[in-house]
Amino acid sequence: MATAVKAPADAGGTDSKIIQRDSVVVRFAGDSGDGMQLTGGQFTLSTALAGNDLATFPDFPAEIRAPQGTLFGVSAFQINFGSTRIETAGDQPDVLVAMNPAALKTNLPMLRKGGLIIADSGEFGERNLKKAHYAGNPLEDGSLEPWQLLAFDISKQTLESVKPFGLGNKDALRCKNMWTLGLALWMFGRDREPLINWLRGKFAKNELLRDANIAALNAGHAYGETAELAGPLKQFRLAAADVQPGLYRTVTGADAIALGLVAGGQLSGLPMFFGGYPITPASAILHALAKLGEFDVTTFQAEDEIAAIGAAIGAAWAGNLAVTSSSGPGIALKTEAIGLAVMTELPLVIINSQRGGPSTGLPTKTEQSDLYQAVYGRNGDAPLPVIATRSPADCFEATIEACRLAVQFMTPVMLLTDGYIANAAEPWRVPEASDFEPFPVLFHEEPPAEGAKYNPFTRDPETLKRQWVRPGTPGLMHRVGGIEKSYATGNIDYSAENHQRMTDTRKAKVDGIARYIPAQAVEVGNDHGPLVVVGWGSTYGPIRQAVELLRTQGHDVAHVHIRHIWPLPANLGELLRRYDRILVPEMNTGQLKTLLRDQFLVDAKPLNKVSGQPFRIAEIEAAIREMLDA
Amino acid sequence: MNEVIKITPATKPDDWATDQEVRWCPGCGDYAILKAVQRTMPELGVEPHNTVFISGIGCSSRFPYYMETYGFHTIHGRAPTIATGVKLANPALDVWIITGDGDGLSIGGNHMLHLIRRNLDCQLLLFNNEIYGLTKGQYSPTSRTGTRSPTSPAGSLESPVKPCAFALGAGGRFVARTIDTAQKHMPEVLKRAHANKGTSFVEIYQNCVVYNDGVFDQFTEKKQAPQTQIWLEHGKPMLFAGGTKGLKLNRETLRLEVVEVTDGDTSQVIVHDETNKAVANMLIDMPFPQFPVALGVLYCDPDASFDTAMEARHAKLAGAKAADFNALLRRGQSWEVK
Repeated sequence: MATAVKAPADAGGTDSKIIQRDSVVVRFAGDSGDGMQLTGGQFTLSTALAGNDLATFPDFPAEIRAPQGTLFGVSAFQINFGSTRIETAGDQPDVLVAMNPAALKTNLPMLRKGGLIIADSGEFGERNLKKAHYAGNPLEDGSLEPWQLLAFDISKQTLESVKPFGLGNKDALRCKNMWTLGLALWMFGRDREPLINWLRGKFAKNELLRDANIAALNAGHAYGETAELAGPLKQFRLAAADVQPGLYRTVTGADAIALGLVAGGQLSGLPMFFGGYPITPASAILHALAKLGEFDVTTFQAEDEIAAIGAAIGAAWAGNLAVTSSSGPGIALKTEAIGLAVMTELPLVIINSQRGGPSTGLPTKTEQSDLYQAVYGRNGDAPLPVIATRSPADCFEATIEACRLAVQFMTPVMLLTDGYIANAAEPWRVPEASDFEPFPVLFHEEPPAEGAKYNPFTRDPETLKRQWVRPGTPGLMHRVGGIEKSYATGNIDYSAENHQRMTDTRKAKVDGIARYIPAQAVEVGNDHGPLVVVGWGSTYGPIRQAVELLRTQGHDVAHVHIRHIWPLPANLGELLRRYDRILVPEMNTGQLKTLLRDQFLVDAKPLNKVSGQPFRIAEIEAAIREMLDA
Repeated sequence: MNEVIKITPATKPDDWATDQEVRWCPGCGDYAILKAVQRTMPELGVEPHNTVFISGIGCSSRFPYYMETYGFHTIHGRAPTIATGVKLANPALDVWIITGDGDGLSIGGNHMLHLIRRNLDCQLLLFNNEIYGLTKGQYSPTSRTGTRSPTSPAGSLESPVKPCAFALGAGGRFVARTIDTAQKHMPEVLKRAHANKGTSFVEIYQNCVVYNDGVFDQFTEKKQAPQTQIWLEHGKPMLFAGGTKGLKLNRETLRLEVVEVTDGDTSQVIVHDETNKAVANMLIDMPFPQFPVALGVLYCDPDASFDTAMEARHAKLAGAKAADFNALLRRGQSWEVK
């Protein structure tokens, strides 16, 4: 369903209750059962429909339903939106919606001084205050002085609004998130209609809940209008962002990867096979693909991570575009099988939605600490291409690129994304399938000369890729496996010279891919100068905004963002040497930094953060300033 | 390519053999199994290019290199996973899995469980020699308690797993057992396994001449065999010892008993009904030497296979709606920026 974007609401002239802003950061925080992710998701949609650019950051606990009211059970959703280009979910919220004391306590430190707190005073009873380890009631003791506070009984207001529907207390209180969303819509001058339509669809089978939720949404909105008369509430107005014309939708990284895989299947002309095992935060890709069977997609929920990749390898050998997906711990389990795919030279896309590690680490928090694992983490010399996605929308093209390299070079390819990208949403200009160059696969089907035996390691002299022969092809029976094979015949061969030659060939094939990937471009700034900030993956947003900010202040800073982690683009070393200083911000302890130093002998300096939270623009900005001043 | 490819029909056992030198120890039971399989293939009405042998790691797992078919020598314990992907991607292929007691029941036990419960259409041949051969003789999950080996010099303390009991417990719909040297019977069992659509589990007692020589002699020794083996046939009384002994189901204890058969009176002897899972369990559990070792098709009660169900799902989806990728990209709420 396409909706035309409306002109921004009337600016409101000199009315002091209406604030004009270029961008605003709002954070919804509540109990994990309060529906904050749903509220955030729908607010995102309404923001997109209002024509603002946006970025989101769902920040939720590993526990599905932690005990109510506890500090560790708080779930939050942050959105940054505006009339300017938005690249990150925002450093500091301007508005914090706190549905209970625990949500206030855990999220308050992030709120900008002077920012607005909207709190549900109905939840600030003794019991909840105690659970959040508050000695007194912060809504009443003046401790929130540095901020603007709006506290009112959202619970009571919600119960009032849904009273006519006769819901039980528990169900009635579940409508609180819609009441809050209604108020937020009023604050930002948003149209309620798309959300009412969404509620009609969501509760199509339960009229009572449908009507109660719509009533709560309307009541929240009406409360804003009434309270406006009374005084304290303020409204924000943001102009629509100036973006490239076209059809837009919001996507999360997981959705964009699923769509990119379907595109990869279409462009290669192959059926797609996806082997997965449930793991946070990678499962969302399996969920999305499980619904797309009509696109010649087979999804297989395996008994474990090893079986997921094993089945994918089997499907690859049988001629499918094979994919497996997991997160760090699962990739660790798949490692031996990745080696098998390297050894048998079969195409395979391996997606790693990185999360905080090591071991179970921080399952729902983000990190970029699996770069070493991707590039180096196998037994033997087992090179494979590694590609990194930079944002939710970017996942689509990055995934297509991973599929292309896999089938064009007969190699497993690792696609690195992360928990932040997987869950975050941003507007995406919807492409046409015809925007992409197809890469049709031609299976080898011609039998060898009479009496000759077929060698499955018959290679393309240019790319060194081996031929892809599907079992079922007459006359080309052959055996593959993890044991070293003869370069010349494909039979088992342990001989010294053969292993040297096969190892060299596998390396040369992957190294040679550098000739078939785009040269490294400079995102922002000049291709030489005093300082370049080099990033990869989801640090794209904060690096770009920090660099742009400093450039507007007259600093000659550049931003280079690497998609092809392995092999690195052929021109990268030469490009990096044209800058006096190199800063590498990463959500790990310095993995790309090590790679760049090793490959190019450049003095790359690290900026590291492993808190489970994305970089703030200000953190990168400060590091650049410090480096410039040094 | 427009040329018609000529396929020479593979009608002789040799047509199914590669030119590779077989590298098992002289006297290994694997030679006999290879021979039996190569003798059986021409009788199955299948073609080498539509046949796939997939193995894990271990002595038995070298098997695919000796079969002139498509073959995949994978990694330790994981052959069922690769086979699952192959069969789902191309259900027309005839898939054989070759594994051993260590590969299939120790490191790969989990995959074996799920392969069997999903009932993927394939033949799984488990070569059971009750020892780790390729790693030089450590006790395996099927080794009898007390087995002395480099890792159990004072005798192993563990109870062994019974492969056929495992297969039945996992929900297997076809469970059979044979012996490497049973060159007459094994092809019959293999043909039955091939005919079953679903996971056909075949345990083959296989003698390791180097690390566990003679471990099955008590019941494989030719002279003793009539007394120590019972070959089961569907619909026929459970007789052994040249028809002089049989198995009876004691209706009070609900246990099997060995009974003498005189003058051909088999009225006490139960008839093998291979769809009876309870009796199949009893046959697998019979202690030796009080009872003979049950061989042949112990259980066969077919059910829908995983790949067939997946194919049906795909056929339904393909028929339901035309897949429009551009429409998919636009699915959900979208908006136009002018």
